Amino acid sequence: MLKNNKSSAPFYTDVWFWVKLMVFVIFVLFLIWPFSSMITNAFASSKAEGFTFYNFNRFFTKKYYYGALWNSIGVSVVPTLLSVLLGVPMAYFMTRYNVWGKKVWHVLAILSLMSPPFLGAYAWIMLFGRAGSVTQFFLNHFGIQMPTIYGFGGISIVLTLKLYPYVYMYTSGAMESIDSSLEECAENLGSGKLRRFITITMPVVTPSIAAGALMVFMSALADFGTPMLLGGADFRTLPVLIYNEYFSEIGGNGNFASAVSIIIVIITLGMLLIQKLWVSRRNYVMSALRPPKEVEVHGFTRFLVTLVPFLITFFSFLPQLVVCVCSFQTTNYSSFTGGFTLDNYTGLGKRLWTAIRNTFTYSTVAIVFIVVIGILMSYAIVRKKGKTGGLLDLLLMAPYVIPGSVLGLCYIVTFNVKPLVLTGTAAIIIISYIIRKLPYTVRSASAFLMQMDPSVEEASINLGVPPMKTFWKVTARLMLPGVFSGAILSWVTCINELSCSIMLSTGKNNTLTIAAYTDIVRNSVGSGAALAAILTLTSSIILIAALRVTKGKIRV
Amino acid sequence: MEKIKKGVRLDHISKIYQDPKTGKDFYAVKDTSLEIEPGSFVTLLGPSGCGKTTTLRMIAGFESPDEGEIYLGEEPINELTPNKRDTAMVFQSYALLPHYNVFDNVAYGLKLRKVPKNEIKNRVLKILDLVELTGMEERMTNQLSGGQQQRVALARALVIEPSVLLFDEPLSNLDAKLRVSMRTEIRRIQQEVGITAIYVTHDQSEAMALSDKIIIMSKGVVAQMGTPQEIYYHPVSEFVADFIGEANFLKGRMIGKNGSNAVLEIEGNSLNVPDHDGMETGKDYTIVLRPEAASLADRGGMPCRVVLSCFMGSYQNYHVMVGNTLVKLEEHNPKNKRIYQVDETCSLVFDPESVHVL
Repeated sequence: MLKNNKSSAPFYTDVWFWVKLMVFVIFVLFLIWPFSSMITNAFASSKAEGFTFYNFNRFFTKKYYYGALWNSIGVSVVPTLLSVLLGVPMAYFMTRYNVWGKKVWHVLAILSLMSPPFLGAYAWIMLFGRAGSVTQFFLNHFGIQMPTIYGFGGISIVLTLKLYPYVYMYTSGAMESIDSSLEECAENLGSGKLRRFITITMPVVTPSIAAGALMVFMSALADFGTPMLLGGADFRTLPVLIYNEYFSEIGGNGNFASAVSIIIVIITLGMLLIQKLWVSRRNYVMSALRPPKEVEVHGFTRFLVTLVPFLITFFSFLPQLVVCVCSFQTTNYSSFTGGFTLDNYTGLGKRLWTAIRNTFTYSTVAIVFIVVIGILMSYAIVRKKGKTGGLLDLLLMAPYVIPGSVLGLCYIVTFNVKPLVLTGTAAIIIISYIIRKLPYTVRSASAFLMQMDPSVEEASINLGVPPMKTFWKVTARLMLPGVFSGAILSWVTCINELSCSIMLSTGKNNTLTIAAYTDIVRNSVGSGAALAAILTLTSSIILIAALRVTKGKIRV
Repeated sequence: MEKIKKGVRLDHISKIYQDPKTGKDFYAVKDTSLEIEPGSFVTLLGPSGCGKTTTLRMIAGFESPDEGEIYLGEEPINELTPNKRDTAMVFQSYALLPHYNVFDNVAYGLKLRKVPKNEIKNRVLKILDLVELTGMEERMTNQLSGGQQQRVALARALVIEPSVLLFDEPLSNLDAKLRVSMRTEIRRIQQEVGITAIYVTHDQSEAMALSDKIIIMSKGVVAQMGTPQEIYYHPVSEFVADFIGEANFLKGRMIGKNGSNAVLEIEGNSLNVPDHDGMETGKDYTIVLRPEAASLADRGGMPCRVVLSCFMGSYQNYHVMVGNTLVKLEEHNPKNKRIYQVDETCSLVFDPESVHVL
């Protein structure tokens, strides 16, 4: 077919070609290359020549190692199921009934999801640990020995209480977008309340529940701080194993840790594919012309429907309260003694300022890059899809699939040798932030962009404003609300990032999160609590301020 | 506005798209040539998917033709990006900038052109006066009604004094009454400014009311171009006849000549119709009969049977069977006329001069 295409300019004059190229270069350099170095690394060993399965053999033959695989699967599957049990009823009550203090519970759910990753474990140790206040209280007054918080059960509970908001938020989003005529239709055809819920509401929101559950599964599997604190010596998960093995292989190349990393990535990838296959056959796109009405209940019923979100958010938010209270208590090195003091804060001295400075410098530099790349990338994905748009979309999934500790290991393996030596620098921490937290901003901005009328841009161009000028003057300007809510999530999660930066930090680069975590691990509970309190307070203030500005339009 | 008016010429334009499902190429617009005269109001009319919007977007520069050349006045413009073309478009969704007020929306194109501030103000106020929005300068666009937003979009396009004004179904988001009054407005403003306008719509009454010339498109090609009268009375094909207004098609064979008339046999009746060049005895022809051109009588025309009789206020709507052909007709001002009921047999009468032979 004849196409003279004389009006289409050569590709290299198109700005978007360069934007896409830049994004690809960034991802190739800081995701694909490190990841493939790690793969080659996993098939090498100081104990064998050339290409070898030595590491995998070792993993699958020693119970010490493959036990960690089962542990990891256990503490991912159980919190996933528990999160569905908590998140779905909470979503139902919050969207369908006039629950008291609705906004408060919603904000608390977001705050616990966005809290520092070790906070829950730490607070639960403070309450229910061997020397925990609740444990001591029951032992001294009633002579009752509380069940242990350490190990499988404790980790599952802590992860559930942190991660259930994924299920709650995805599900409530879906429940709000069911057109009420659908349920009215079922009612009109003679279907009762429960039957309606089971046959209409549930099937329609199931894909969203599954999407939320997948997020819980992947986050639980990747979680490093919780099993590290609550696992003790006997209960290891894969991310803990990666960290321990790398730092115990003195002078090693991280061969074994690389092999473990590959196993963990295969699991997350598998889950993601299963979910995608399953969802693609059950995609009910809904746009509610008439969103479902809130049922007005009174008196005791209203109390009951409020009780559900109250109890769930209370227990999930409890750790942040505990940490703040603990931070003002006097300590005798590793345990709290009761009285109130500011020593925990004043005792931090210079260390505090270094940690604060690092935290804010790194996260702010990262967020500037994230916003600029995020705006350009989401535009390229939504409006200039072309042949490579799908590939960009796929690259964005990578940070969800690759746990933080794995990416950290990838970077160590790749960037401690020439040609690009970056280990020990602040730059590598910032880069890891950018790669890992970019998706929040891109997804939020793309979702916003998809609802924007493209003819607004065309109108501007048509009136004589060149395309690139139009992009910055009109499109980027109009995308800002979407970029903002995504960037806030990117920022807060950067501030709270632990699993990747702890692999990359060399002490002088410690952020608040790393400093708090190392203090807690070293049983310096007082200063740890103070640092954690500062951290959780900072995150909460940022999130609450952002929620006010956006009128609650922040979606995780 | 002292500008020289410019016309638009399309020279063998084609646009090829790929079907997203089958991956096959198809012509959205195929080998289309058009000549739009300076200062005229031309409508591109057709069903959805006929290529009318693609044609308009190629003139604006948002799509580039795969074959052929587009001229604005005497200048070929294929190579020009949309922002360098002297065209201004009014979009279906208005596409107002939501972060600007009315004044800034209208001034947007002028600011880029580095027009002095005083002049911007004068020109914007003058144009807002033309579209009757004086006093609304400070309003944000979401505080305006649909019709007012439409006027802002029109003002914004007019104020940069383009050579050609493009409309992409601008009235389809308005309610029926407003649509009628806005189209009168658009025509008035176009006449006052004397600008060349190209207007895309699928609404035939809009096309009729607005246009100097109508271009009917179907499946990527121009089916007919002409004045509203030419297109209504002398459609070149069944598609055009059916698309513009209601039409009945009566099939018949030419059985001979009667002076300057041709004699057609239709459902067992013979009918004298005006002869036109090349009509041959023995060949099959279709005549186009508009519903308002026919009426029912007790005798004197083609025998028929009433199958529907329905009072519509200003007219009585009938469906009758002439042999095996269904004919729809409208008897206007039915108050004092005899109303035929369903299953009555009567006679279909019309002036043979008022039919058109295809």
